[in-house]
Amino acid sequence: MLKFFNFRVILEYMPLYMKCLWATIWLSGLSILGALIVGTIACAMRLSRSRSFTGIAGCYIESIRSTPLLAQIYFLYFGLPSLGIRISEEITGVAALTLNSGAYMAEIIRAGVLSISQGQIEAGIATGLSYSMRMRYIVLPQAIGATIPPLLGQAIVLVKDSALLSLISIAELTRAGQVMTSERFMPAEAFLTTAVLYLLIYYVLKWLSEWWQKRLIFRETS
Amino acid sequence: MWGFYLKGLVASVPFFLKGLWMTVAVSGLSLVIGTIIGFIWGIIRVSRIRFLPTIIGAWVDVIRGTPFLVQIFIVFFIFPELGIHLEAFPAAVLALTNLAACFICEIVAGGILAVPRGQREAATASGLSDFHQMTHVILPQAMRIILPPLVGQYVLLIKDSSVVSAIGVTDVTRVGWLTVQRIPEGLMVFGLVGILYFVICYPLIRVSNTLEKRMTVAATRL
Repeated sequence: MLKFFNFRVILEYMPLYMKCLWATIWLSGLSILGALIVGTIACAMRLSRSRSFTGIAGCYIESIRSTPLLAQIYFLYFGLPSLGIRISEEITGVAALTLNSGAYMAEIIRAGVLSISQGQIEAGIATGLSYSMRMRYIVLPQAIGATIPPLLGQAIVLVKDSALLSLISIAELTRAGQVMTSERFMPAEAFLTTAVLYLLIYYVLKWLSEWWQKRLIFRETS
Repeated sequence: MWGFYLKGLVASVPFFLKGLWMTVAVSGLSLVIGTIIGFIWGIIRVSRIRFLPTIIGAWVDVIRGTPFLVQIFIVFFIFPELGIHLEAFPAAVLALTNLAACFICEIVAGGILAVPRGQREAATASGLSDFHQMTHVILPQAMRIILPPLVGQYVLLIKDSSVVSAIGVTDVTRVGWLTVQRIPEGLMVFGLVGILYFVICYPLIRVSNTLEKRMTVAATRL
């Protein structure tokens, strides 16, 4: 295989790969932002005192966590039109990724919020801080510091999961590999190039996560 | 119209159960083999053997950094170029086994590293061989840390098994995809698919949560 590994064809398809790499980046970037918002809301609902809120959030999180993403993507892709909602594949894909990742992020944020000891919140109450001030000055700064590494881990998972969007014919990295395979019948060149580009994103995010963790440890010891 | 489609869906329930059996077969087989390989790799990863830990570490990183969909395409499309012809089912099991082994390897390595050094030193001092140290001293204690995330990982892998539908293995997701071509009610069809996955995954998630609670209690009691 390696004897016939054709770099010229890869070079020829490079513009397509770059376009698709960019598509993967913006699709996942948008989904990560959406998932952060959905996750924060779901987490706030789960931790609230109202039982109906807790129930809704719990239902959402558990049903997302026990079904595969691909089934969720198909659910929206085939299901929304039968409800009369017609939206483009990209929006369907981003919505599916957002809803999926939001459930996991809700759990991560919840773990971060719960890791703050009750005494700190009580001290905040004793000092006379209001709920929003307690959140802003005591809970969130500590919770965010501890949750950034797992959130970046979830971001890595999301970027990899975005490969599934190629199955509903969105032009992203994996789709580029499929296109090249079907046009030139060179699966080795096509999918190995795809894999290398994914690895590139993975290592950047991993480096970011490690750098943050080091910073965190440094801050805690100093 | 809904009633008509519902009747059609009820008629194709046996088809779905067949797909469910395929999902169970693919993920069951991969999980069993993957767990065995994962434990072996994990033990080697923290051993003092030359080169092998580095190679396994790099391999795990590559597998964790690329989407499973791309891996499965590589196995399915590139192996034939090397002269290895695989049907869809063995290709799916091979790819999923490798994925399982990589994730389990990391969990096992983490668990072994969490056992205090003194335990190993005490075992060496008592004259136990390397093998007996592992089986009688290190692993029984590491299991406490390994087990909860291991069950959680099983859930993730069962969900990942839905991706094998992309190369034509008729698992539940693919059955849903085939059915939705005849019964254009995506919500109903993929709702059923989701329920079938939920039935497998939700109990496992509960087991993982219970294990986590019980094991941390056991660990603190030490």
